[in-house]
This record gives sequence, C-alpha cells and structure tokens, in this order.
Amino acid sequence: MADTDTPVTPAEFDVTEEQRELRAAVRRFCAQQSDAAAVRRHMESDTGFDAAVWSRLGRELGVLGLAVPEELGGAGAGLVEQAIVVEELGAALLCGPVLGTMGLALPALVASSPGPLRDELVPSLVDGSRTAALAAPERAGLFDPHAITVGAVHAGDGWELTGVVPQVVDAAGADVLLVAASGPEGIALFAVPGAAEQVEVEPLTTLDLTRRQATVRMREVPARLLAGADEIDGVLGHAFYAASALLAAEQVGGAQHMLDVTVGYAKQRLQFGRPIGSFQAVKHRLADMLVLVEHARSTAEHAAWALQTGSDDPFLATSIAQATCSDAYYRVAADAVQLHGGIGFTWEHEAHLYFKRAVTDAALLGGAEIHRDRIAAAVLDHVRATPGVPPVADGRA
Amino acid sequence: MSTAADATRVEEVAGRVVADHDPRRVPVQEFLGACFDEGLAWVHFPEGLGGLGVSRGLQASADAVLQAAGGPVPFWLNPIGYGMAAPTLSEHARSPELARSWLRPLATTEDIWCQLFSEPGAGSDLAGLATSAVRDGDSWVLNGQKVWTTLAHRARWALLLARTDPDQPKHKGLTYFVLDMHTDGVRTRPLRQMTGQAEFNEVFLEDARIPDEHRLGAVGDGWRVAMTTLMNERSAIGAGGAERGSGTIADALALWADRPHRRTAVLRDRLAALWTRSEAQRLTSARAHRTATAGSPGPEGSISKLVVAELNQDVYEFCMDLLGPEGTLYGSYEVRREGGREADRRGVVQQRFLRSRANTIEGGTSEVLRNIMGERVLGLPGDMRADAGRSWKEVPRG
Repeated sequence: MADTDTPVTPAEFDVTEEQRELRAAVRRFCAQQSDAAAVRRHMESDTGFDAAVWSRLGRELGVLGLAVPEELGGAGAGLVEQAIVVEELGAALLCGPVLGTMGLALPALVASSPGPLRDELVPSLVDGSRTAALAAPERAGLFDPHAITVGAVHAGDGWELTGVVPQVVDAAGADVLLVAASGPEGIALFAVPGAAEQVEVEPLTTLDLTRRQATVRMREVPARLLAGADEIDGVLGHAFYAASALLAAEQVGGAQHMLDVTVGYAKQRLQFGRPIGSFQAVKHRLADMLVLVEHARSTAEHAAWALQTGSDDPFLATSIAQATCSDAYYRVAADAVQLHGGIGFTWEHEAHLYFKRAVTDAALLGGAEIHRDRIAAAVLDHVRATPGVPPVADGRA
Repeated sequence: MSTAADATRVEEVAGRVVADHDPRRVPVQEFLGACFDEGLAWVHFPEGLGGLGVSRGLQASADAVLQAAGGPVPFWLNPIGYGMAAPTLSEHARSPELARSWLRPLATTEDIWCQLFSEPGAGSDLAGLATSAVRDGDSWVLNGQKVWTTLAHRARWALLLARTDPDQPKHKGLTYFVLDMHTDGVRTRPLRQMTGQAEFNEVFLEDARIPDEHRLGAVGDGWRVAMTTLMNERSAIGAGGAERGSGTIADALALWADRPHRRTAVLRDRLAALWTRSEAQRLTSARAHRTATAGSPGPEGSISKLVVAELNQDVYEFCMDLLGPEGTLYGSYEVRREGGREADRRGVVQQRFLRSRANTIEGGTSEVLRNIMGERVLGLPGDMRADAGRSWKEVPRG
C-alpha cells in the first residue's frame, strides 16, 4: 500500500542529450516507416502490423529492449528511455505489439528468475525477430489471481495448459504467449508457442484497429514454466507497473500529436474571413488541451522515473499517471475532433484513429475512475485527523 | 546554464551567511541585508545588486540553506518588492547606483513596494490606462486613479505605469516610473473586498511629482518594461508548493480527515480528482522550474498561474460542500486593516473560499491567460482588435 507519510524525493529526470537523440531517431524512423498512409495499410492488414517494420525497430534502431539489462541482451538504459520510445510510437500510432511485447512480456521476463527459457526468449523479443503477448488477468493494472481461467497440469517433464483467455492484447500473430495458469502448486507463469496446434487464437474486431486483441483458447497445449507460484506476484506486479508507465507515455505521445495537429489546423482554417484559432472559443479550448498535455507529461515522466529509481511508491505513481493520462488523451482527442469540425468526423482524417486509441488506452490497465478510486484508497480512506485542520467559522466571532 | 562550480559556490556562500548571521538570533533586516550583500537575494542578478550572476535555478539551492537555518521567506515579507520590483529595477534602472539604492532596502524589507498598474477603467486591457504623466522640467506631474494596489498603505515605493502621449496608439504612449509613495499628492484609501477584509487599496494621484531620474526605460517604452514586471508576477503567483499534498489541497485533506460523518462516495471521488490534479500540477511546476532555470520566466508561467487559481477555487468549493450547513456560517466581516491578506489566507475556511474567487481575476484573468497561452505558447493568431492602430484618445472607454 501507499506510504503517504514518507516525503517524496523530487524527481530529477532532466532530459539528457542521449535522450534527445533517441527521441529524434524514433521520430525519424516513424516518419519514414510508419507515416499516416502506412498506418492505414498496416491497420487494415490481416495481422494488424508490419513484421518487417517491427523487426527493424529491434535490429536497426535497437529500441525494443531499452529497459532490459545488458546481461539479458537488452540495452540496459532504463524505463525512462523506453518510455520516450513508446511516446514517439504512440504519437505516430505505429502498429505493432508495443503493449504486448514491450509493455508486458519483456518486463515479465526480466522480472523472472534466470533460466534457459528466459535466456532464449528475451534476445529474440529485443531484436524484434519474435513477438509476444501476456495472457494474465488484471484488474485496473494490478494482477488479479482470482480471475484465472487457465489450468496447468504436469505432463511428463513439462506442463500442459487448458483454458480460455478473452481479449488478449497483441495475441494474434504472437510467436510466444506468456500465460498465467493455476496449477497444483498455485498460480504460475508459462510460455506457450503461439503457433501450437492446441492453441486457437481468434482475432477480435477492435474499436481501435491499430491495437488488436484476440481470444486465446488452449487445450492441453505443451507449456514451459517461466515463473513459479512463489514469484508470480513479483513478476506480474513488475510487468503491470511497467506497462502502466509505458501506456501513460503512449497517451502523452498521442495527446501531444493531436494537440499539434489541431493547433496547426486552427492556424490555417479560415471562417468568417479569419483563422479559427483567433476566436477565443477555439483558442481557450486549445489552451485547456495544452494544460492537459503538460499535466499528462509530468505524471507519465514521474511514473517511469519512480519505477526506474524507486524514488516513489510505484502503486501511487502509476495510478496518478494513469488517472491523469487516460483523461487527458481522451479529452484532447475528443476536442481535436470537435475543433476540426466536419472533417474531424470523417474516416479520411486521422483524428478518429487517435480518438479510438485514446478510448482503448483509457480502458486498458484501468481507466481514470478506477485509478482515482485507488488513489482515494491510498490517500483518503485511512487518513487520520491532524492538528492542521483549518478553522471553520461557527457563526460566532 | 548552471555549472557544478556555481552550485558549489552558492551553497558555500549561503553556508557562510547563516554561520555569520544566524537568522534565529540576528534581526531579520540584518540577516536579509547580509543575503543581499553576499548575492543571495536573487542569485541571477549581477554582483553588487543582490546577485552572483549565476543561473536563476540556483536560487532554490540558496533558499534551501537559508530557510533550513531558520531564515524567513522574504517573498512573503515584501511580495511585490521581491517578486516584481526587483527584476524590473535590476534590468531597467537608470544606473547601477540607483538600482542598488532601491534594491538593498527592498531586500531587507525596510522599504515595502507596491505596484500602481490597474485602474478602474483598465483591468485586462491594462495598456488602455488613463493616468497621465506630463513633463515639467526635470520631473513629471501625475494625475489619475489606480486600484487593486496590494500594500499601498505600507509601501514606500511604487512601480507605476502612466500615459505620456495620448495621441499614440495605446501601447506606445506609456512610460514606466518609480513613485515615492510619501510624495505630496498621493492619497491611499482601503478597498474592501467580498471577504470583508481590505488587503487592497485605491490610490489617487493629484499633481504628484516624479523626478525624471526615476523613470525606467525610455519615454514611450513603458509597455515593454511592464512586461518584465508582469511575467515575473505570473511566475511568482504560479509557483507551487514543493511537497506532495501541500498547498491548498492540504486544507481539503485535513477537513476530510476531521469530518468523517460528512463523507460520501461522490465527495470522495471529487477529492481524489482534486488531489490528482494538484499532484499533476506539482510535478508540472517542478518540471517547468527545472527546464527554465536559465533566463527570464516565459509565457509557460501562465500555465501554472491558470491551473493553481482554478484548483484553489475547486478545492474550496469542495470544502464548502463537505461542510454542508456549517459552510453557511461566517466568522466576522469586521475589517482588520493590517495583515488583510494574512487574515484571508489564514482565515476560516469560509473566508478562504470567498477569497479564492479573486484567484482567477488577480494577476491576469483566466480568460487573458488562456489568450496568452494560445498566442504565445501555441502560436495561434491574435483576436481582432477594435483599437488596433488607433490613437489612444480615439478609442471608446467605459
């Protein structure tokens, strides 16, 4: 639980030159490999993304495993750097298993005990030659062991899994599925080949075509144990915290892009003989969008920094970021549609793609309401009366 | 940009000041005088004018040492002086000697400063102000009325903006002065506000004289000089508390803790939302502070001012809703002239609630701030202006 009595060290996430270069490199890559036309092409393809683009992110740019330690084949930079990458991918709406592989599977693997399975999987996910998804129940960004729908049994030297997991992000086409299943010793995390014949991955039509989901059905599929019952809480806890911080960064990227695009439009679009951005009704809404983006950026950066350095309670830091960024991205995207007027409601314009991503991102790993509820549980529910209560007038001087 | 050497130097100087002038023992004016003499009043000012010529961001390091040793927060003792007058004087005074003669007693708080900008007919449209300054030999003769002047009744000096050429368009006919509040023809009257207190004043100028030497900047260049002052005002008002849960939100949390019987699920969600917004703003202020450590505060300061003002109102609205019927009572509407600002700031919750209504008006209305953010941060085109290009005296007023 949150320890609200401990003063928080001010986060010093000053931007370094390396981070600026990293951001510029990813932005350049997205402009070349995943511009607006490419996003449309990828989102309407069968798999929902271009595996070649994804593997170039890993092999050429080397930005898929920035938060993965060097000894495991990663870059050993940190979650702050990984968040910068995810922010730029979110700004470009790049199609690919950003959440499934980078957000969830890699952090789960990194947090697992050393072993041959981990050593085999991590490098292939980092270089983009394989992709992965995590099939583990969560409730608003926290592992929910009571919602397990998959069973595990011993089979010879290994294991077999049976069960159904609904709405697994990035599962369609994933080479590896990391599956939480209930076995004789408790809940554990297993690795299953996505292409195994005992696995049926049913792609679902998603509101956001750039972020696919699928239902995963398993019947006695051979599985390898990755993390046992004694470490499952730590492994999935780390994965969901990291994913929450990265998702917040993605929301910042998308919101910033929508703000930039809308500001540009408001400067050019003429009505009544003047740019619509000169009208205060438009200008003030854009100013409010700016505040939302700035607040979102502050909380997302703080969450990544807090997880990387341990400088703040991860529970509170991620909930603050999720509550703020989910609201911000949704409202900025909705306002972007509004300020574009009719063109903003068309299929042709990109606004709806970001709007749908904003809706999806807000719902994934918990929306603003549930994170506020969690903040309230940490900050308000057990607060004790202190001497600092401001005086309240009782009508007597 | 700040260097490690500068940071070390600032901390060493601060350590020496508190060792030689223990703020818990010596009079506050002696302590603040030592801070000025050693360059810790405004570390980014030139040496000799209360600074060390280092990065602005290092002020926080100096303040941390000074205040940890029991030193006062000088901003609260002379807010207009520290926040607005000092940067304007250091940049625009006619000579370093003159700047120094104003700055040192300002820093020690022997001389309180106030700001004579707003007028009954010029609020958001400050550049439309009507107070006239007419040249007479080596001095200027002023006539007009100023309003919303914090601390005018205690101030020795005032920053003043007046019209020197009514035939020019409004921004071009203004000149900036420093007024001695003890001069003949300056009359101050308390202005009572909705809380019952009178933290502000009206100031009447009737043939008040200002020596030309006390003009800041060129004749007709007053608007540009005023921008220095106003940008610093917004960043001063917008500067937030440093600790999580501090600032106005602390009042709401304390009341929430103290009145469990008034809690509902809806109020709980509202308070959680306010707490989260306060936290997002706290992190944003910290981030803005770090990225803008060099140079003068820019229009980004407007973001903090806007958010903090609206948050204050929302927090006290929450407090009133939490109190329910209790909130309809009041303490006293009796005017306490001295410390009017403190009376409101530290007053009963109902009084803080009333006072918060001014937050979105004072120091730039939220409407104007949104214009500034739209135009200066986002680069949006300006609104159509009915007064553009016209001489000031032809523009309708009322």
